[in-house]
Amino acid sequence: MAQTVLHKAETRGHANHGWLNSYHTFSFANYYNPERMHFGALRVLNDDTVDPGMGFGKHPHDNMEIISIPLEGDLEHKDSMNNVAVIKNGDIQVMSAGTGVFHSEYNKDREQRVKFLQIWVFPDKKNVEPRYDQITLNADDRHNKLQQILSPNPDDAGVWIHQNAWFHLGKFDKGVSTEYNLKAKGNGVYIFNLSGDIKIDNQLLNTRDGYGIWDTDKFTITAETDAEFLLMEVPMLS
Amino acid sequence: MTKIEILVIGRHPEILQTVIRLVNNNPEWNATGCDSDEEAIATFTRRPFRLVLLGGGVEKESEDKLCNTFRSINPQITIVQHYGGGSGLLSAEIYEALDGRTSL
Repeated sequence: MAQTVLHKAETRGHANHGWLNSYHTFSFANYYNPERMHFGALRVLNDDTVDPGMGFGKHPHDNMEIISIPLEGDLEHKDSMNNVAVIKNGDIQVMSAGTGVFHSEYNKDREQRVKFLQIWVFPDKKNVEPRYDQITLNADDRHNKLQQILSPNPDDAGVWIHQNAWFHLGKFDKGVSTEYNLKAKGNGVYIFNLSGDIKIDNQLLNTRDGYGIWDTDKFTITAETDAEFLLMEVPMLS
Repeated sequence: MTKIEILVIGRHPEILQTVIRLVNNNPEWNATGCDSDEEAIATFTRRPFRLVLLGGGVEKESEDKLCNTFRSINPQITIVQHYGGGSGLLSAEIYEALDGRTSL
């Protein structure tokens, strides 16, 4: 029988640093909740808003698969692998930190804030060679259907990471329903509802609610209103 | 106040320094960093530690050697993998380890 966990939006950790307003689904920085450490290999789901002209200065990472999904505005990325890039709404960025990288992320715009999801997944192997990639997604490909945006396979749709994980985005009109079949045994899915109301089987999710489901092969997603959501299938780990 | 002594091992010098600085931001914790197995074992032999964090770049062979050596010196020692490189995960990792919820 499927097991589930519901994280209502208002129960997330919250840190307002002035220039950065961040909601943490799982323990992060000064937010520590032993009941909210991770969902399987999904360790970080931060819902960040960065003020104009502000950003994250140069800082390190290692041994983590880091995925950024801009929801509004543009974010400039620079890293120690000599990548300089701007990611914008409609893009997805991935960085395998592996043996170690330094990077910075700034909102260069003087007027518009940036909203983006910062997602960290435990890698399935440690100390890999660091790598960076970003692609632009076609928004039409998720209208009333699931759009794969991440997988473990370099040749598959979307970006890839060092983990047996698949991410999908959906933008459904009210009343549209689809079934999600899990890709790998032992995986679970964490659904983050970006906007509107959806039902996962019989569980209603409002905007910014999160819901984990595992020990199942499939579930049904139904848009109760026009809605956008992110599905993250990850190994549940032990 | 007696601080909780934490040994941090990592191969990337700048990341190691960042992790040490972030650990030491907590006034109840004191971090000592080592970037080689030999230095880590010598340090662990000389001083008592409550917790060991294995950071980035520590290969499986070294990890096994370090864990075995540390546990032969102090069977109660808690050893955990630090993920993320001086990131927002650090404090929670340490709290979890000190509460006995995680260990290699």
